[in-house]
Amino acid sequence: MSAYAGTGRLIRLALRRDRVQIAVWIVASVALLAAGAAAVADEFPDEAERVTALKGAGTSPAVLLMRGAPVGTDLGALVNFRNYAFMLVLAALMSTFAIVRHTRQNEENGRAELLGAGRLGRRAGLTSALVVVAGADLLLGAALTGTLLGAGLPADGALAFGAATAATGLAFAGLAAVAAQLFQSARAANAFAATAVGVAFLVRGIGDALGERAADGIQVTGAWPSWLSPIGWGMRVRPFGEEAWWVLALPFALVAACVAVAFALAGRRDFGAGLIPDRPGPKAASRSLLSPLGLAWRLNRGTTLGWVIGGALLGLGIGTLGRTVNEAMSGNTGATELLDQIAGAGAAPLVDTFYAAMMNVFGVLAAGYVVQALLRLRTEEAGGPAEAVLATAVGRVRWVAAHLACAVIGATALLVLAGAGMGVADAAVGGVTGVDPLVGAGLAQLPAALTLAGFVVLVFGLLPRLTIPLAWAGLVASIVCGLLGEVFALPEAVRDLSPFSHVPPIPAAEAAAGPLVALAVTAAALAAAGLALFRRRNLAL
Amino acid sequence: MTDAIAVSGLVKSFGTSRALNGLNLTVGTGEVHGFLGPNGAGKTTTIRVLLGLLRADAGQVRLLGGDPWRDAVRLHKRLAYVPGDVSLWPNLTGGEAIDLFGDLRGGLDRTRRAELVERFQLDPSKRCRTYSKGNRQKVALVAAFASDVELFILDEPTSGLDPLMEAAFQQTVREVSARGATVLLSSHIFSEVEALCSAVSIIRDGVTVESGTLARLRHLTRTSVTVEAAEPITGLDALPGVHDLVADGTRARFDVDSARLPGVLRHLAGFEVQALTSHPPTLEELFMRHYGEAATAGAGR
Repeated sequence: MSAYAGTGRLIRLALRRDRVQIAVWIVASVALLAAGAAAVADEFPDEAERVTALKGAGTSPAVLLMRGAPVGTDLGALVNFRNYAFMLVLAALMSTFAIVRHTRQNEENGRAELLGAGRLGRRAGLTSALVVVAGADLLLGAALTGTLLGAGLPADGALAFGAATAATGLAFAGLAAVAAQLFQSARAANAFAATAVGVAFLVRGIGDALGERAADGIQVTGAWPSWLSPIGWGMRVRPFGEEAWWVLALPFALVAACVAVAFALAGRRDFGAGLIPDRPGPKAASRSLLSPLGLAWRLNRGTTLGWVIGGALLGLGIGTLGRTVNEAMSGNTGATELLDQIAGAGAAPLVDTFYAAMMNVFGVLAAGYVVQALLRLRTEEAGGPAEAVLATAVGRVRWVAAHLACAVIGATALLVLAGAGMGVADAAVGGVTGVDPLVGAGLAQLPAALTLAGFVVLVFGLLPRLTIPLAWAGLVASIVCGLLGEVFALPEAVRDLSPFSHVPPIPAAEAAAGPLVALAVTAAALAAAGLALFRRRNLAL
Repeated sequence: MTDAIAVSGLVKSFGTSRALNGLNLTVGTGEVHGFLGPNGAGKTTTIRVLLGLLRADAGQVRLLGGDPWRDAVRLHKRLAYVPGDVSLWPNLTGGEAIDLFGDLRGGLDRTRRAELVERFQLDPSKRCRTYSKGNRQKVALVAAFASDVELFILDEPTSGLDPLMEAAFQQTVREVSARGATVLLSSHIFSEVEALCSAVSIIRDGVTVESGTLARLRHLTRTSVTVEAAEPITGLDALPGVHDLVADGTRARFDVDSARLPGVLRHLAGFEVQALTSHPPTLEELFMRHYGEAATAGAGR
């Protein structure tokens, strides 16, 4: 029997399982890009306006970090500048999650065991996952190319945009395939691969932020760090600029290498095992574990520490950029305007506007952490140990409250340490912003992040079986409406739906208590409603 | 003394499908009660209603004198539950999980815990993700039986255990029963129920079809008789209450309604009986009678 026997059947099975999920992902990407392209055509019809905007942007490291390196001044180039990096991240995440779903997750929950006992080759599982994800990436690339052509943009650029997005997705599919072999749980494999996407985005951002400006004052070529990142490769294809087609060879080389490594690892390990074996643990529980709160903390500990340490390091890194930003932007009104647009500040010191914009990113990170931590409630309930826990003398409210407390403490620690990191690094490079205002700026993001926590508890109480997709959809919608509303030209009323739209841009502006209190009250009301619903409903086991 | 569990007319629907359709279940205090029914009959749903995890649509449900939905936390201090499909936290060890469940229930007996870990041959230092189904079940059993509670609710607790562990389980149930605890045992293993239970309830499609002590249930049904005599045996087919007769000259095999047994024995006495065996119906036979051959594929074991 060949090692690939049954691959075709598994592909059909995977397509059946994923038909909604992947379709939604692709349609959402297409819709966002279509809206983004339309917004560019609408807001910047004249070349002169585009030149002004891009000249300003090119001098601000923060903008380059979040958006990418400008490649020209025509419409397509501005679409690239505003939307391309985000599309690459979407493709990377889609591929990552899909690969883990069809490999390690199947193995962890025993489905692969049942299938593997059938007429199925040893390599069929991983092969079918790779084929399905490659197909999804190609479809996504083609759809994006079609969208850009439909917007009347040049064919070369549209093709490069779509091809590079598909190739970036594939590169991360390869990385995820290796991660799925290394880690024993789907959760850990997903966390590792998603972190890889985040790190790749940031490394690329640092490369672009440190990039070299061309003589025209507009085009920027990323510095060497962006060669280290698959997302950086995608950016370096430069769609709608002078397309560098040969760079597409890099993601393909990476995916080939990763697939070879993944198969080699798969051939060496036992079914269900990772490469890091388990050691015996304690024979009895320590006192600190023996309460709903102790259990919730134990379950969230690894994730929380990862997010908090990551947030502190990122804060330190951003703090060191403060002075450079100040020097680069003094006297450049274009950049100030653009940063004002993001952060919504008035005539504040440039560096504070920069920090306020960065703090928005930490607000999103804290919200992402909170969503991930609270989704534990659902995974514990659905076929998990929650049934047995709630059959002990632990009430439902106490059980949810323990997880909620962990999420609030973790998010607070993340934001405080991120602000402190920024402040300390800023002081170290001679800045004058200070630690306290930046810690305050971090804490100002907390109510918005907790609004997402309240939202998760509400959907958990109301629609338990849809909690996981709805929670992530809520987070993505909050980011799109709140932080990217401008880019996608969403109406004011829609942008206001996002909690992030209501956070004052501290330290660039004074802290306004009104919106923060309103967000906190909303968060508490959502959580209380969710708890009341959860107390009244059947467990959805 | 009130009954430990008193359920009457329990109805529970999920969407359009009705899982329980007027179910009755009474478990006296101190009783070991077998709860039988094929897969999908509603055993687990009933148990989850008893634990306040699901809300009853209609009917009366009393558990230890309280309302399992409203008084869940208070009642759960007095009971221990072993789910049919034990799910644990992959990164905790078995020992940690035992302590955790015990503590959340209100504390466990350390000596008893050590004794049970030994008896069930469980390695408590292993991570739960490495345990087989049987070992996960042992974790739940040790956590439950190390708690000093009045009521044990066990949902197919031995479905992953080997015969040695089955014996250990039966010993443990006898011990808690001897100190006066009540046990509700949902099971597919007839020998286990016959060995442990004084009363049983058999359910089907969400309703109770038979309930009572094993002795009474046996009396209501038939005894199997095999007889060998010196003379050809005649006239059995004319006797009331005789079924499934296979007569072969001096030998005969048949079932008889238990109430008619004395009359049949008087009739047989006239044929110089040389050998006679009779055995009361096994629980399996009782069960099959209710479900017929069609049900055996799904429910039998």
